[in-house]
Amino acid sequence: MTRFSAWNVIRNGFTGQRGWSRQWRDPEPQAEYDAIIVGAGLHGLATAYYLAKNHGISRVAVLEKGWLGGGNAGRNTTIVRSNYMMPGNREFYEHSLRLWEELSHELNYNVMFSQRAHVSLFHSPAARDAAARRYNSMRLTGSDGELWDLDTLKREIPHLDYNNARFPIIGAAVQRRAGTARHDAVAWGYARAADALGVDIIQNCEVTGVRRDGARIVGVDTSRGPIDGKKIGFAVAGNSSRLWQMAGLGRLPIESHKLQAFVSEPLKPLLDQVVVFGVGGAHFYISQSDKGGMVFGGDIDWYKSYAQKGNLPIVQDTAEAAMSILPCLGRVRLLRHWSGVMDMSMDGSPFICKTPLDNLYLNAGWNYGGFKASPASGWYFADLIANDRPHEVIANHDLKRFERGVIIDERGAGPDPKLHG
Amino acid sequence: MIRIPCPFCGERDHSEFSYGGDGSIEYPELDAPAEQWHDAIFLRDNIRGMQTETWQHSSGCRLWLLVERDTLSHEIRSVRPAHAGIAQALEAQR
Repeated sequence: MTRFSAWNVIRNGFTGQRGWSRQWRDPEPQAEYDAIIVGAGLHGLATAYYLAKNHGISRVAVLEKGWLGGGNAGRNTTIVRSNYMMPGNREFYEHSLRLWEELSHELNYNVMFSQRAHVSLFHSPAARDAAARRYNSMRLTGSDGELWDLDTLKREIPHLDYNNARFPIIGAAVQRRAGTARHDAVAWGYARAADALGVDIIQNCEVTGVRRDGARIVGVDTSRGPIDGKKIGFAVAGNSSRLWQMAGLGRLPIESHKLQAFVSEPLKPLLDQVVVFGVGGAHFYISQSDKGGMVFGGDIDWYKSYAQKGNLPIVQDTAEAAMSILPCLGRVRLLRHWSGVMDMSMDGSPFICKTPLDNLYLNAGWNYGGFKASPASGWYFADLIANDRPHEVIANHDLKRFERGVIIDERGAGPDPKLHG
Repeated sequence: MIRIPCPFCGERDHSEFSYGGDGSIEYPELDAPAEQWHDAIFLRDNIRGMQTETWQHSSGCRLWLLVERDTLSHEIRSVRPAHAGIAQALEAQR
C-alpha cells in the first residue's frame, strides 16, 4: 500500500499516477482467526484497526454481508460532537472527539474532519438553563462548551429566522470543537489502515448461522463457508437482534427503527456550522457538505421497521422544521434522501459489553449516535475483546444495567425506544 | 405511507395514528418478581417480519388497535380493536 504524502502526490503527478497501489486486499476467508468482527461498518472496521494497532491482535477478520460502507456508514448526517451529559457517556464521547481530532494523521487518510462548531438553538429561558447545565457538565469532563447570546448568534449565523413568533430564537449552546467528517473516507481510512496491519476485510460474506459449544461461541457460518474465531464480536447495529437470536441468546433491550436524512442540490457557501433546532415536536439538524449540499435530518419514522426506506410524513415534518429556522432554503431542491435502520435502545445509550457466552462480545444500540461514536466505539470494543473486561468508562454500557437500575437516559424519555431520537 | 384499515373509520393514512409499540408484551402481576418486570419493560423480540403491535387512531376514533404488520415490507395483515370487549362487540355486529 502506498502511503499518502505530499511527496507521493507530487511524484505521481509527474509519472502519470501509476505509482498508487490497491487500498486494501480482497482476501479469501481463512478457516480460523484469533478474532472475528461481524459487520464492516465504521464500528467494526475501527474495532479491527484498534485490535491490531493497540493490542497486537492482527489475525482478525471483519465480515460484511454487503460492501464496505454500504450500511449505516453511508446513511447518516456525518455530525461529530461530544455534548453528552450522563456519566459514562460524556467521557466516552469526549474520548471519541479526541480520536477524531487526530484521525486523519492516525490513519494516513484524510477523513475531512472539519471542526466547524455545533450550534444548538434554544427558544426559552428554561431551555437555556438546561443547556447551561449540560454544557457546564461537559466542561467538567474536559470538553468544551459555551453559550452564545442573541447578538453573537446573529453575527455568526445572520440568516436564521429571528422573527419567528412561534419559535423565537434567544441564543445557542455551542461546541466549537464539534463538526462534520466525510463518512466514506472514515470507512475507507479504517479499512485501509486495518488491512495494512494484516486484518482481512471480507466483503459479500453474510453470516447465516452461529456455531456454539455450550457457553462458548465457536464460529460463524457464512455465505462463503464456515469461519472459526477464538473471540467473536458483533457490530451490526440495526440488525443486532437478528444476530443475537441466531446465537440462541433470546431478546435484547433494542428495537430496530429507521431514520431518514436528506441532501440538497449543491449551493454556494451558506452555512459554516452544524445547526440544531429542537423544540416541542420539532427536531432538525443541518450542515453544508464540502460539495455544497445541505445535509439535514429530523426525527425517526416512529414505527419499528427494518426497511431501508423512509416515509413521506417525516419528509414533510423535516421540511417544515427547515422552513421554521432557515426560510432561505424554501426553493432549494432535494438531491437525495435515504434511510438507515438503527438499534434504538431502551434508554437511548449503547452497549459495548460481554455477553452470556464467554468469548462473544456485543457492540450495539447506537440509536442516533453511531457516526460520531465510531472511533471510541472501536477503541473500547477492541479493549474489551483483547482484555476480556470492560474499561471503567464503559462499565455501565452493558446489557445488565437495567436490572441494576442504572439507566443512561440523556433525554429522560423512559424505556420506549422510539422516544430516544 | 402505510395505510391502516381502521375497523371503525375505514382505511386511513398512518399519519392519523400514533404508534404504540410491541403488542405481544404481557405485563406480569403487580407483585411479580423484579426480573419478570425487567423482561416485560426492557426486552424485545424485535421481529423482522410479521409482528403484532399497538397503534392508536389518535386523529380518528381514538381507539387503540392491534395491528399485524410486516416490519420489513410494511404490509398489514390484520387490524382489530385492542380492547377485547370492543372487539367482541364489533364481531357481534358483523
